[in-house]
Amino acid sequence: MAVHKRIEVHHVTRVEGHGNIVLEMADGQLKDCRFEVIEAPRFFEAMLRGRSYLEASHIASRICGICSTGHAITSLQATEKALAVQLSQQTILLRKLALYGEILDSHILHVYMLVAPDFLGVGSVIPMVSTHREVVLRALRMKKLAGDICAAITGRHTHPIAMTVGGFTHFPKIYELEQLYKRIESASSDVDATIELFAALSWPEFARETEYVSLTHPDEYAFISGDIVTSDGSYFRVEDYLSLTNEYIVPYSTAKYTRNNRDSYMVGALARFNNNYDRLTPRARDSASTLGLVSKVTNPYLNSAAQIVEIVHCMDESLRIIRELLERGISFEEPAKVSIEQSEGVGACEVPRGLLIHHYWIGSDGCLTDANCVIPTNQNIANIEADMRELVPQISFKPPESVQMDLEMLVRAYDPCISCSVHVLDLTKTYEE
Amino acid sequence: MKNKYKPKVAFFDFTSCEGCQLTVLDALQDHLDVLKAIEIVQFREAMTEKGEDYSIAFIEGSCSRPNDETRLKEIRDQAAIVVALGACAHLGGVNSLKYLHSLDATRSYVYGDQAAWFDTADARPIEAVIPVDYAIPGCPIDRFEFIGFIKALLLGKKHAIPDYPVCVECKLKENACLFTKGQVCMGPVTRAGCGAICPSFGQPCEACRGFISNANDASFQDLLGSYGLTIDDVLKRYTMFTTYQVRKSLLRRENGGA
Repeated sequence: MAVHKRIEVHHVTRVEGHGNIVLEMADGQLKDCRFEVIEAPRFFEAMLRGRSYLEASHIASRICGICSTGHAITSLQATEKALAVQLSQQTILLRKLALYGEILDSHILHVYMLVAPDFLGVGSVIPMVSTHREVVLRALRMKKLAGDICAAITGRHTHPIAMTVGGFTHFPKIYELEQLYKRIESASSDVDATIELFAALSWPEFARETEYVSLTHPDEYAFISGDIVTSDGSYFRVEDYLSLTNEYIVPYSTAKYTRNNRDSYMVGALARFNNNYDRLTPRARDSASTLGLVSKVTNPYLNSAAQIVEIVHCMDESLRIIRELLERGISFEEPAKVSIEQSEGVGACEVPRGLLIHHYWIGSDGCLTDANCVIPTNQNIANIEADMRELVPQISFKPPESVQMDLEMLVRAYDPCISCSVHVLDLTKTYEE
Repeated sequence: MKNKYKPKVAFFDFTSCEGCQLTVLDALQDHLDVLKAIEIVQFREAMTEKGEDYSIAFIEGSCSRPNDETRLKEIRDQAAIVVALGACAHLGGVNSLKYLHSLDATRSYVYGDQAAWFDTADARPIEAVIPVDYAIPGCPIDRFEFIGFIKALLLGKKHAIPDYPVCVECKLKENACLFTKGQVCMGPVTRAGCGAICPSFGQPCEACRGFISNANDASFQDLLGSYGLTIDDVLKRYTMFTTYQVRKSLLRRENGGA
């Protein structure tokens, strides 16, 4: 008689958005293994059409509550490339600082509140308030600091306000920057304690090499500028992103899938770490060795550890940028001038979960005629499934609850942002108004 | 506190970015006292534990799929108090931008030939499906307003959201009026309570909190006209977060089906 085992995890918890894990085994053989994205489709690209170039970043930030700053900055880049806008050095510094604030916030949320409960044997961060009070208070302190960095620069942590095409509509006060500087400096002990906490965890053992994809830049650990590089040796200008993504649709998921040199590739902290390790700050590289990370890392569970390395890096870099801003002084400059003409542009950033691309076509009236967004989580889904297919035979001797736990932890390690991933676009423009 | 009754609270999400639930987490991290006074039994984004015996349900997101309706009705059956959390649940929010295009066109634009695989209907505020007791407006919600709301609820008081325009708060902040800088702002007709946060950071109000009940629309439209705005410009100002509210008057469009 066939021994049939089926595991279904509906609405995986402690991830952003709605996804299911479906796994089917018969006679010890893996029959089916899927990570289904079941989030309601949201159609942002269609909704951006016909809207003014000035509104695009406000609408785009609403794609995702966690990475709204990253969406807004990438959206602004697409518009600014299209309209040939030149940014001031101050604008670039302020945007970088806002993006670092968001990376910090998102990574702290993920490692402490979404991942740590698995290792500490609790269902969520809430029981941790009594079982691991110091850990929770530290996480809250760090997260508040990260949110306050975003708020000082853009007015609000979720859905930034002050960033606009060509610059800013509001500027942080000198004393606000000085206070942030002091707070980031004194968060150093919290950062050390974070490294210590996670270095002591035993991550699940699993390895599967894949193609790691990220931005890269000769002078810095790329978040906000650079070209696309892959660990299999592909290199693209961001304008040529379609040669990387090769998107396709599957019927059980509202998200689109991507592939390049292999059947799948990975984006996110681990991909950035593998591709750009030598441009991390010295303290971030030290933290990597404490955490046992040696590039190239092929265990996807260690994406969370790579996020901790990036927490260290972004804290260091935030301090450096604030120092530079304080030395320069803040000038209340008007946004750069824009000349409207029919054009297109591509923006690309590394947001917490990986490479994000916005591509806009703007008409002669300044309204968007077309839009395409490529979201990090979409790019990871094929890779999550490939990991599951390799992992399941290795752990199938375990009881179903443990298999389920390992798979949930795997999905969670990728830090999927499913709300983001469900507005995907087929570039074959079958629709005419 | 130990033996006192704690109301059981659950959070649910429909079509949304989940930014309001994140704002809830941000708000609670500064108010652990409030966290102690309630028992959160369901919050998928933050916890694995799941209880169905909640009495207060916070709902983020719009209703945009037929099976959303069933789920909303189940929540309504269980909860004594249903709260719409943020613009998507309260108004339809940015999701209702879909009303500006036909539904089939939107779906095939995004999913191409495979459009038929995906199930969607027009996005609606949850009040279009179930009775709602309270709304916490905004995109995203204001964290102070959320804490104020919970405290009022715990004290058995009725939470009131302002029914005067954003301009009142903007004036109190002594901001220069954006109209005097040649910009167009929805502040004169939009519900206050956000501390005029967008104008305070140099951006016009986009009406994410919805309209006040006695907005002087005629005068506002005269004002917009005096700035040389065309019908199309005015329409755009009214269709950022509030397309659902103006769909009949300005767009002449009814709800579509699935």
